[in-house]
Amino acid sequence: MSSNKKYWKSVEELNEKSSIVETLKQNEFVEQIPTDEFLGDKDLLDATSTTRRDFLKFVGFSTAAASLAACEGPVVKSIPYVVQPEEIIPGVANYYATTIADGFDFASVLVKTREGRPIKIENNTMATTNGGANARVNASVLGLYDSLRVQGPTKDGKSISWSAFDAEINQKLTDLKGAGKAIVLLTQTFASPSTSKLISEFKEKYGNVSHVVYDAVSESSALDAYQAKYGERGLANYDFSKVMTIVSVGADFLGDWQGGGFDSGYSKNRIPQNGKMSRHIQFESNMSLTGANADKRVPLTPSQQKLALAKLYSYVVGGSVSGNLPEAIDKAVKNAASELKKAGSDAVVVTGIQDVNAQTVALEINAFLNSKAFDASAPIKTRQGNDKEVMTLIADMKAGNVGAIIMSGVNPLYTLPNASDFAEGLKKTELSIAFSLKADETASETQYIAAAPHYLESWGDVVIKKGHYALMQPTIRPLFNTRQFQEALLKWNGNDMSYHEYIKEAWGSTILGESSFNQALHDGIYVGTIATETVDTASSSSTVEETVETPSTNAANLLASSAKSTGFELSLYTKVGMGDGQQANNPWLQEFPDPITRVSWDNYLTVSRADAEELGLENWHVANGGLNGSYAKVTVNGTSITAPVMIQPGQAKGSVGLALGYGKTKGLKEEMQTGVNAYALYHNFNSVQNVTIEKAVGEHEFASVQLHNTLMGRGDIIRETSLMIFSTYDKEDEEYGWNKIPKVSLNHQETPVTSPDVDLWEEFDRTIGHHFNLSIDLNACTGCGACVIACHAENNVPVVGKTEVRRSRDMHWLRIDRYYSSETSFEGDNTKKEDISGLGSSLSEFAEMEHASENPQVAFQPIMCQHCNHAPCETVCPVAATSHGRQGQNHMAYNRCVGTRYCANNCPYKVRRFNWFLYVGNDEFDYHMNDDLGRMVLNPDVVVRSRGVMEKCSMCIQKTQKTILDAKRDGRLIKDGEFHTACSAACNNGAMVFGDINDKTSKVAKLKEDHRMYHLLESVGTKPNVIYQTKVRNTTEV
Amino acid sequence: MEQVIHRKLSKSILRLGLIFLLAFTTSLSAQDGDPAKGKSLFNANCAACHQLDKKMTGPALRNFETRLADEQGLDRKWITDWIHNSSGMIKSGDAYANKIYNEYNKVAMTAFPQLSDQDISDILAYTAEEKAAPPVPDAGVGAQANTNSGNGISNEIILGALAILFILLAAGLYVVNKTLRRFAAAQNIELPEETKRTPLWKAFVKNQFLMLVVAIFFLLTSAFFVYGYFMQIGVDQGYQPVQPIHFSHKIHAGDNGIDCKYCHSSARVSKTSGIPSLNVCMNCHKSIYEYKGETSPEYSKEFYDGEIKKLYAAAGWDDAAQKYTGETQPVKWVRIHNLPDFVYFNHSQHVSVAGVECQTCHGPIQEMEVVEQFSPLTMGWCIDCHRTTNVNVKDNAYYTKIHEELSKKYGVEELTVAQMGGLECGKCHY
Repeated sequence: MSSNKKYWKSVEELNEKSSIVETLKQNEFVEQIPTDEFLGDKDLLDATSTTRRDFLKFVGFSTAAASLAACEGPVVKSIPYVVQPEEIIPGVANYYATTIADGFDFASVLVKTREGRPIKIENNTMATTNGGANARVNASVLGLYDSLRVQGPTKDGKSISWSAFDAEINQKLTDLKGAGKAIVLLTQTFASPSTSKLISEFKEKYGNVSHVVYDAVSESSALDAYQAKYGERGLANYDFSKVMTIVSVGADFLGDWQGGGFDSGYSKNRIPQNGKMSRHIQFESNMSLTGANADKRVPLTPSQQKLALAKLYSYVVGGSVSGNLPEAIDKAVKNAASELKKAGSDAVVVTGIQDVNAQTVALEINAFLNSKAFDASAPIKTRQGNDKEVMTLIADMKAGNVGAIIMSGVNPLYTLPNASDFAEGLKKTELSIAFSLKADETASETQYIAAAPHYLESWGDVVIKKGHYALMQPTIRPLFNTRQFQEALLKWNGNDMSYHEYIKEAWGSTILGESSFNQALHDGIYVGTIATETVDTASSSSTVEETVETPSTNAANLLASSAKSTGFELSLYTKVGMGDGQQANNPWLQEFPDPITRVSWDNYLTVSRADAEELGLENWHVANGGLNGSYAKVTVNGTSITAPVMIQPGQAKGSVGLALGYGKTKGLKEEMQTGVNAYALYHNFNSVQNVTIEKAVGEHEFASVQLHNTLMGRGDIIRETSLMIFSTYDKEDEEYGWNKIPKVSLNHQETPVTSPDVDLWEEFDRTIGHHFNLSIDLNACTGCGACVIACHAENNVPVVGKTEVRRSRDMHWLRIDRYYSSETSFEGDNTKKEDISGLGSSLSEFAEMEHASENPQVAFQPIMCQHCNHAPCETVCPVAATSHGRQGQNHMAYNRCVGTRYCANNCPYKVRRFNWFLYVGNDEFDYHMNDDLGRMVLNPDVVVRSRGVMEKCSMCIQKTQKTILDAKRDGRLIKDGEFHTACSAACNNGAMVFGDINDKTSKVAKLKEDHRMYHLLESVGTKPNVIYQTKVRNTTEV
Repeated sequence: MEQVIHRKLSKSILRLGLIFLLAFTTSLSAQDGDPAKGKSLFNANCAACHQLDKKMTGPALRNFETRLADEQGLDRKWITDWIHNSSGMIKSGDAYANKIYNEYNKVAMTAFPQLSDQDISDILAYTAEEKAAPPVPDAGVGAQANTNSGNGISNEIILGALAILFILLAAGLYVVNKTLRRFAAAQNIELPEETKRTPLWKAFVKNQFLMLVVAIFFLLTSAFFVYGYFMQIGVDQGYQPVQPIHFSHKIHAGDNGIDCKYCHSSARVSKTSGIPSLNVCMNCHKSIYEYKGETSPEYSKEFYDGEIKKLYAAAGWDDAAQKYTGETQPVKWVRIHNLPDFVYFNHSQHVSVAGVECQTCHGPIQEMEVVEQFSPLTMGWCIDCHRTTNVNVKDNAYYTKIHEELSKKYGVEELTVAQMGGLECGKCHY
């Protein structure tokens, strides 16, 4: 930048020939430092009586004296409000309903605020439209307190005022309008009726305006297919709770498939009732969360998926499809087809293949089956991106045809594979503005960064599904000098309204009808009549692809013929913890272990064992307990990246997987710059790419929280059975008993461990008052991990960083263990273990069992402190820092703990966590707890633990105590459903149920008496207050 | 809420007024209304907006009947109409009514149709009273000081005389001793030689048993003091910091009997009792701009008035213009009761559920001119109370069942907090 400004320190500098300036240039110091005077005098040095040791003693003494004198308590100031807002009572939480809509995650949530600070995201139980808050949504509150947010508008990297910004932009826009240059709005999917209206007004005012919607992770083909069939741009809306047979071909619908949020519906039918539960068959290449939960999982490459889907179509609907599948897969497809046909309208087929034909075929099959799960009248609106328009835009920009580009909620320089093209085009625009929370890859290249507010500081409206509206409202006054995109549009349109008023008016006139806006705002949601259609400005210019107009049999054939591959096939996917990478600077999410690989702080290339052996890729454990892996170079069309390798059981041979959302370089702390950017390989917005892989040098250090992956046949840890056995035999059946109480020998008599005769301890009478139990249903739990983040937020759990996680010093109070079977099923493991005899056999076969099977069964088990009534930790604490409460909770008095760690050693469940360091205000752990802003998220009702103390799950005693106190204050009894822990409240799937078992009518009391109920490691006799429900798989193969 | 306070205030003012009246009854006999009744009516109905000598929300009212008659030529009827229906008069286009209305921010006076003509003449009689002379400084304090100093002098004289006597005695003895020795020397009388004995300290050092006992005693004493020192670290009982505004709980909670929870309202529902926000102060202090209560040499009326000025500055209240300037200056109070972070304490549990009086823990707050920490706030102190206090289960449906079962189990009539589980670690530490 050219500027003739001159900065001067004294007037002398302005005089070019000043002698003083000349002299000072030569000398660092104005006067000579008299070093020689005291160091050069050797006699004085010899004569002095203070030796170095004495000096250190003096230092030590004065430090000790100073610290003793500092025992005086500090003076604490308390500053009350001048005018206290009516709704705020210090110490009492307020809840506001709002909606997250960041272009990737859309969910109606409740925000808990304390003294005006949002501190936690909870589920809005009134909003049944679109699932609940997933792990990322739960963590999004921390994004508000991100210290790297842009704090005000900037121009070319220098901050300017909003008034200057307005003046300049208005001028430029008017000039561009005069010159007839194109103005482009490149935005995320807002799915907002009011924003659409604003944009159309903006178009009216400035003429040559186009609006391009860009989803970093594209669902364009599904949108195209739906549009071709139903004439409306949207995504098919499935409710898995309405069907009993689910066939998925490559759709990770428990993850982020088509916007996610399908898991709560799915889980409803996974719990066996009257001998019935849903049947789920999954065809996929990567081991996904969905595949892990499936009753039957068939690993196959993405090209085989296409063929399999085409074949499935032909078997179900009819017609013939050319091409051949391997025999086993073909058989599986035939079986799936016959199950689908048998179930009829009680079945559904979904696919995640990014191909218009594939999506069309899936829609056709569902239409043929007349699937109950499929609601064509209310398509999902949370993805509206149009790949072709984005491509056209980039070409236009490169050609210099775009006068101004205004971006909001997108980061194309990070998320585009051809980011360099975009960067080139960006330079050719006359005006570029990015509305952004961060100075990210794109924003830092634009002329103006318009500092945008976080969604918790913004107004907004969202149509999640057609006719299902949600409102976004600010829960805190903007922390920084920010302005949201819509406010800016209003200004540019010459509208003096605030966006809040604008929404209110727009809703009043089009959406609400007779209903009250305040009621909708209170609820956060409004379900209106389907008839009100919002103008979809984005897709108005899009052309419908010709292939989808062909009859569907042709679609299946086209699909089958496109199923060709060379070399390895790479499937790009999004992780539950990171999504599209918007929240990469969120330490909670970085430290969140992936539900499948259990690796945190990384992305990696998942490879099947067979392929890894062929390519010479390895994973191994090193002496400090960490997991290491080799690197592999992945090349697509000449673009190559080097990623660490993770050998993934269940990965289809010939396929590899890599997660998007990592490898960001700008707008985030150095610690968070983890992984590699897989968007570089996301050519043509296709998540499947043909790649070549070769081994690269070096070894990668993973931070994995689970290093042993198989159960080794110890079936009593995760009890599981098949639906057939479950509904036919008694749980204590001699031969087929599926939930037997372990027995021990007492006087040569087999006695169940639950019998008081074999108990070491006297039983304490817990029948009076509350007695809390937490039930975890392994059938309903999908392993999504929302509970893990909710626990973090509720209990001020610190983030420790990659190197510490690698040392197994992770602090998660709640972990979700994931186990693979080493045979094809866990049942096979049990049999194999039982059959081992002799030393030779046990050495070789146990070693074999350490390795997971090619296509293993997977089981998830959330584990937190089990709150044992006969707790082994309590008896070994030398200072009685951990003790038992009458209500069943195992208490931990942090201020009493001296850190011997005996309790952790004596805990059979390994749920106790030790504070090896002070994680608050410590520069070594530069995460949210190291700055004032990040600490605003801390829950004031829970202590922040210091160094050297043990901590663990408290069963959210602060929440149970609050519920009790509220009841006492009102003078009433507590109803079932009032008690909650952070995890049970966060669980959308109904897997976690918390309550008082002394209330015999409560849900948890019934679950405790359920046949499926068991305690973890029952044989130890710890009598836990956490109970598990046996996992039942709907399989026939046992 | 405002009303409540004024009634309370007015009661005490009324009482003072009555005493005042008894002293000056003769001067009132000429009026047709009863000023004493008028005063109580004034305080109940008018004082929220009017003062006698100061413009507030409404104009100052001293002698306003005469003033109105002299300046505007308005009679008693006009006043009665205005009081009964001021807005009606404004609407009817009465010139002076509209003038007043515009002058006072276009806020019509609340109508008081319930005031009878007699009431109004009582009030007018009260407003027509002469302004009382400023109170003569209390001579009693000075007199007391005098007597005090008188006592001091006499004590000093006695002590001084005794000291002189003692010195004279000592000097006399020394002279006698010296004279006797001189006599002895003159008479050649041998003075008996003092035998050299082991000095006491040496004997003491040689006696090992004694040394051991002393050492043990010394160690125990120092241990006692060291323990005492460590035990008081972080215990700030008696902590009495100087606050940025001298807020006297004695005047508010004591003299004026304001309920603690009027200001500390969140104590009922929240874990914190809350420091009242300044708008709560201004509820009353909008009309109470000066201190009229008892004073002492240390805290004079001027001092208290100055503190009220500080409040106005902080709340951004312009007393002269009777409106908020918007320039506020939040007060940085010094926190007195500090529990460590690892303790969870909930006020509402104790105040609302248990019905514990604030004074149980905070001491006689209503007598504290400057608040200090009354209780040690140590865990032992908490536990002692939990051991001895019974749970307040009366009319609380939450406790009905659990109390019945537990008291049967423990065989007691009433359960203590401890028996209810109030000693469990996790109840306060999480």
